Amino acid sequence: MVEETWFGVLAEYMARQQAGLGEEVAIMTYDDVEYSERFDYNDNSKQQAPGKETKRVDGRHFLGTYGLSADEIDSLLNLAEYYCRVNNDSASLPLEVLRGKMLANLFFEPSTRTRLSFARAAVNLGGEVVELESKMSSLVKGESVLDTALTLQAMGVDALVVRHAAAGVPAFLAHSLSIPIINAGDGAHEHPTQALLDLLTIRQEFGRLQGLTALLLGDIRHSRVARSNLYAMRTCGLRVRLAGPPTLVPEEMTRLGAELAPDVDGALREADVVYVLRIQHERQQAGMLPSLAEYRSFYGIDARRQFLLSDKAVIMHPGPINIGVELTAEVYASARSRVLRQVSNGVAVRMAVLHHLLSGPRN
Amino acid sequence: MELLIRGGTLVDPSQGLHGQYDLLIRDGVVVKVAESLAPSGEKVLEAAGKTILPGLVDLHTHLREPGFEEKETVESACRAAATGGFTSITAMPNTDPVMDDGRTVEYVRLLSCRAGGVRVWPVGAVSKGLAGRELAEIGLMYRSGIRAVTDDGRGVSCARLLKNALLYCRQFELPLFEHCEEEALAAGGQVHDGVAALRLGLPGLPASAETVMLARDLLLAAETGGRVHIMHLSTARAVEMIRQAKAEGVRVTAEVTPHHLLLTEDAVLGFNTYAKVKPPLRTAADMQALRQGLLDGAIDAIATDHAPHTEAEKAGDFLSSPFGIAGLETAFPLLYTYLVRTGVIPLDLLVGKMSRTPAAILGIPHGSLAPGFAADLVLIDTEQELTIDRRRFLSRGKNSPFHGWQVTGLPVLTMVSGKVVWMS
Repeated sequence: MVEETWFGVLAEYMARQQAGLGEEVAIMTYDDVEYSERFDYNDNSKQQAPGKETKRVDGRHFLGTYGLSADEIDSLLNLAEYYCRVNNDSASLPLEVLRGKMLANLFFEPSTRTRLSFARAAVNLGGEVVELESKMSSLVKGESVLDTALTLQAMGVDALVVRHAAAGVPAFLAHSLSIPIINAGDGAHEHPTQALLDLLTIRQEFGRLQGLTALLLGDIRHSRVARSNLYAMRTCGLRVRLAGPPTLVPEEMTRLGAELAPDVDGALREADVVYVLRIQHERQQAGMLPSLAEYRSFYGIDARRQFLLSDKAVIMHPGPINIGVELTAEVYASARSRVLRQVSNGVAVRMAVLHHLLSGPRN
Repeated sequence: MELLIRGGTLVDPSQGLHGQYDLLIRDGVVVKVAESLAPSGEKVLEAAGKTILPGLVDLHTHLREPGFEEKETVESACRAAATGGFTSITAMPNTDPVMDDGRTVEYVRLLSCRAGGVRVWPVGAVSKGLAGRELAEIGLMYRSGIRAVTDDGRGVSCARLLKNALLYCRQFELPLFEHCEEEALAAGGQVHDGVAALRLGLPGLPASAETVMLARDLLLAAETGGRVHIMHLSTARAVEMIRQAKAEGVRVTAEVTPHHLLLTEDAVLGFNTYAKVKPPLRTAADMQALRQGLLDGAIDAIATDHAPHTEAEKAGDFLSSPFGIAGLETAFPLLYTYLVRTGVIPLDLLVGKMSRTPAAILGIPHGSLAPGFAADLVLIDTEQELTIDRRRFLSRGKNSPFHGWQVTGLPVLTMVSGKVVWMS
């Protein structure tokens, strides 16, 4: 039964890919395009990957949602939807998709849910996971990150999931490695799998993406989640509004497709999705916020604000939540909260991404 | 010892000349410039089809020696300069040790004598150790040969120190070269605080980091009567402020770099470390304003801000990669190809901004081929085309965002005091 569905979905999925992208089942991200256009690949890299110099960076990596097409997102969400159903039937796990493949989680910044989510996804697909958590500071030199990544590649690891506090590190690694790099969050740049799991959650809720209004609330400036969501949401036809303290909501975000919503309460009334971002205590020290108490009062979602929402509106948060700051405990536990659904969708979305990048013969 | 350069097109804005002229050089000095000079036994250099310019003068060159020889040495920078058509370059003081006393100045001059080739004009530090607290020994450095002072790499953040430095430098008529960057506004910034920064999730360097400090500097220059030279202008607003200050009689001059004239913030997309530079590449409107500033005289000179770094440093990830672009070998061909050939600025203006005016700012007797001046000159081939290949730079710094650009206007021969220091 499961197997039948599996082949059905997969066949449909492959057909879409064939139609959209030709033979190569791969996602080209915007970063890849820029790299291949702007960079000169020096001779060293050619020596490392003989025979591959003509395609140094193709669609092997998953670095961001910027530049992904609606079709690409749609096919990933379809596959993830399928995996959601598979995951509900634990007897069918593990699958065989990543049999004999090993994923490395290379995290230079603390993370619980993303790291575990990728690990769970790999295991569900029948692959293995090796965990590397670095105690190195976020200011660690690029060279040592590269060295670690090259070492893992040399050991025969099939893909790297990378998180780093510095924007651009996954792109930098993608430039020098031949195995797929999956961005699990880099500085304030992108966190693409988070955006996909968010879209999946929204699609499950409303049955569509087109025409919905999302309100991203909080620290937009420092948020990779906000960026990845903004790009993916706009591509999928959502209206994206931003609200938060002016020090944390750059006006020029409008040039990336967002609208500003200076009136938070008004924006809450109009939103289908209220996407609440984590606020960090450090912003107070940096002089961007007077206090978390003031933030809570102006931008926190409490029972009163929840009352403003339309009947169907849902509340989402990428986690971890500062309960009592961005959301009250009451709101977090309310029927509108989709936070735990997001987490379970995270596994399915990451299975889809891993499947996409790793299944089938390579080289 | 006489040399006749014959048949070339001379472009020398200092004399208002642009046309076919012959040059007679005796003992390294130009003695005669005329439409046609008959050879009378001296050596002859046939320059037909070539353009003769006064040797280019760079106000802003990081030679890295002493202390950072893996990035550049005085010798490698001199060779790169000669290749790029420069006959005079400066030596910025952010070395290790910092060039903040007479001995280090003498040492750099010694290195440049050993290197031979182009002239090196040291620029001393404003403050001891570039720390921004106490004045460096500006007078002693002046005696050792500095032509300006700067704390480049950072601005003089203490207004009181800047005021004192401007007052102190007046006795030597030394210009103070200022890097305008208000440190609190710029803290942590990586690229222009605009759309590209948001896209990449990188902390921004706002335009106000430049203009806020510039406003203070202009006020202090006006108050002290000191000479301030604003380096590497990058914003439209700054150009306007300088235009206004000049109109009010403030003793201010300003420079712009080739990269700020040719690139915008988009060059960093894809985390391109080769376009990571301070001040950052800004918007298209800023770039247009800088070009306009050159045309209307708000901006006096073009300077490379040649900032060589090693490949390993620039091959790192974006945040750990240092700021800077190596520019000596590409400056003239790029500007000739993309600003002169495209009709944005006339050739005479470009040449003036790269020779006579920078020489005047430094107070050195160069940048002209009028009789009596040293025969520092460069021959340009305006036909030959080349694709810039950063790997072939003579500079140790290969960090250029212009790799792969098609250019013409290539220097083919560079001469200092009548002596050929480089020939293609």
